[in-house]
Amino acid sequence: MTETNKIKGGYKTRRIIANAFIYILLAVLGIIWVSPLFYMILHSFRAEGLSSVPYLIPKTYTLDNYILLFTDTADLNFPRWFVNTFVVACFSCVISTLAVLMVSYSFSRMRFKARKPLINVGMILGMFPGFMTMIAIYYLLKAMGLTQTLVALVICYSAGAGLGYQISKGFFDTIPRALDEAATIDGATKNQIFWKIILPMSKPIIVYTVLTSFIGPWTDFILAKIIMGDKLENYTVAIGLQKMVSVTFMQSHFKRFLAGSVLVATPITILFLFMQRYYVEGVTAGGVKG
Amino acid sequence: MKYIDYVQLNPFQKLAYNLKNFFIALPGNIKKFFCALGRLIKNFFLGIGKGIGNYCSRFVKGDWATKLSYIIMGVGNAAHGQIVKGLIFLAVEVGYILYMVGFGWHYLSKFGTLGTEVQHREVINGARVSVPGDNSMLILLYGVLTIIITVLFFIIYIANTKSAYKAYQAKAAGEHLPTFKEEMKDMLDNKFHVTLLAFPCLTISIFTVLPLIFMILIAFTNYNAAHMPPGNLFTWVGFDTFAEIFRVTSSGAGAASKSATFVELTKWTIVWAIFATVLNYILGMIVALMINKKGIKLKALWRTLFVVTVAVPQFVTLLLMNQMLQVDGAINILLQNLGIISQPILFLNSTALVARITVIVVNIWVGIPYTILITSGILMNIPADLYESATIDGAGPARSFFSITLPYMLFVTTPYLITSFIGNINNFNVIYLLTNGGPTTTELYQAGYTDLLVTWLFKLTMDSKDYNLAAAVGILVFIVCATISLLTFNLTKSAKNEEEFS
Repeated sequence: MTETNKIKGGYKTRRIIANAFIYILLAVLGIIWVSPLFYMILHSFRAEGLSSVPYLIPKTYTLDNYILLFTDTADLNFPRWFVNTFVVACFSCVISTLAVLMVSYSFSRMRFKARKPLINVGMILGMFPGFMTMIAIYYLLKAMGLTQTLVALVICYSAGAGLGYQISKGFFDTIPRALDEAATIDGATKNQIFWKIILPMSKPIIVYTVLTSFIGPWTDFILAKIIMGDKLENYTVAIGLQKMVSVTFMQSHFKRFLAGSVLVATPITILFLFMQRYYVEGVTAGGVKG
Repeated sequence: MKYIDYVQLNPFQKLAYNLKNFFIALPGNIKKFFCALGRLIKNFFLGIGKGIGNYCSRFVKGDWATKLSYIIMGVGNAAHGQIVKGLIFLAVEVGYILYMVGFGWHYLSKFGTLGTEVQHREVINGARVSVPGDNSMLILLYGVLTIIITVLFFIIYIANTKSAYKAYQAKAAGEHLPTFKEEMKDMLDNKFHVTLLAFPCLTISIFTVLPLIFMILIAFTNYNAAHMPPGNLFTWVGFDTFAEIFRVTSSGAGAASKSATFVELTKWTIVWAIFATVLNYILGMIVALMINKKGIKLKALWRTLFVVTVAVPQFVTLLLMNQMLQVDGAINILLQNLGIISQPILFLNSTALVARITVIVVNIWVGIPYTILITSGILMNIPADLYESATIDGAGPARSFFSITLPYMLFVTTPYLITSFIGNINNFNVIYLLTNGGPTTTELYQAGYTDLLVTWLFKLTMDSKDYNLAAAVGILVFIVCATISLLTFNLTKSAKNEEEFS
């Protein structure tokens, strides 16, 4: 073996050892990260025991937890919550998407006197702790006679949606201005440009906005709880599931909580995995410039 | 230093150079900031002066219809042929007057005192009846609403005088006045932004701005459990609530003071935010580097393993974690089965230190996948020759990481770092769902040892009804976050590049 080959060989073995070490580390970390979710899925099928059992792997399996979740609705009506959340999510998703697109298009494409001040106001509004205002919102809704209703939730989730314009504004900014100008020369109004040129080119960002605003109601548990109070039949899944692990229901409903969590988390996880690219672009938008 | 020299620096030198420049420029920037603020205020008052001037000159120069439209809105437009526009202005005026007479004025007139009449009992016809008094909360809420509506009305009123004068001028010069139909058409073209922004601005004003102004004002009142409407009144107290937070009281009196709680929670919030941000950032980056290392296969699989935990809603994972960390939870069972511990550990409710370490560790579990998600793409952009030359020079992986990767990433992702720092200051979910602030203690006012300022704010509002204190804490958190954001915003200057693609 020549001298170079020896060095090459040494380098290679070192790299193999390093890579093996990394594989082991990644596997261990991966197990740590996924195991809570694995635990959740496994125990949602557990047949024996109540809230907790003194071992990690269930001994017997059943589908009862899932079935009971949908059939035993006397105390906690999960199917009803599911429908509630779905309805709220649909409505707020449509309204918020429209609001976000309208605001971001105006800020990206139109030039008017109030533009900069409005952008600054939007930025400042976003810096207040969100739930600082919840008491005022609660009393406003009360004055309108809307507390403990689903309409109130739709309003809460979509009213401020326009403030989340940054990501789609960033996207609109990348669409060349020349397209607008060409269309204007051809006699198109700004309205037509918005509907016929910008929106068809913005499918990815529309999909992203639709999905995020659809997911919102499934995961929020603060506002919904304040608005709904003790009106169990108008709960959404998030506060409903939280109710299942409260002291009163913990023993009887923990396995059903796991089953419900699996049912809620699965579609959201799949949606997220599909749109993680946009998520990354959104978080790093504007900020990352080397 | 010329640009060509700058480009040739390595990332670490670039960072040092930028940091140096940042601190050198800091005094100047602060001065500039205050100058700009001063100019803004000056321009604001100049603008008002100019506005009043124009307002008067329009009145003097205009014809009878313009003059009349200063009192009866819309007359100017109607007299010159823009009937629909005139009627809309008139309708706005009538609506505003009706609103003020029927509703607004009642509340606005009591805005200064927030009500004087306490609910009390009276004997009427031999029976004791409860006589409702003023409701300070409603007076404040509807007072703010009335002020917002008045401001909006004022803007429309000024627009009305302008429009009347314009119509008069156009008529006098013999120009064509746009008809209502033409103006509506313009709303879809050159004034399309008005159409687009009207609805979002309306909802944001009612459900974000109005509540926010209301809560900011609450901080200057004594609205708390002892002054609860409708049974009691609350009133303006100026900066007393803030004074209560900052007043240094000699402790040891037994009852927990609010200022001591504020100091303690602020310290913990900062410690938490630093640990949560820095640990998640560095550890996440190391994992991302391992996944992206040359020769590692199944990259997509490794990435997905971590990213899945981001996708699952936080309330699910954190409630689950809460259960797993209980005395009879999965983690204690696992540790006992492995023989690492003999007695179960009380992770969440024994001592402050254990609980705090636990939430930080759990937050690493929550946060690392985010870092992996964000940094993976950027890590791939670090020039490979930097690492190669480092290896040739005999640098180990640790040395490479701290001398190449970290400086480069810091340079590129500072904005993300700051955003996540602010996000951690406001990290409600992790604390609320995991410990709910516990372990509880009587040494802190309405708070546990792991409560952040935001969760304390939440508890003050929901449990003890110290609305004024909660509002004041909210304002302080806002000031901190806004200062940090403003500094970063100036540092990155990304806002200046928005026209780049146009």
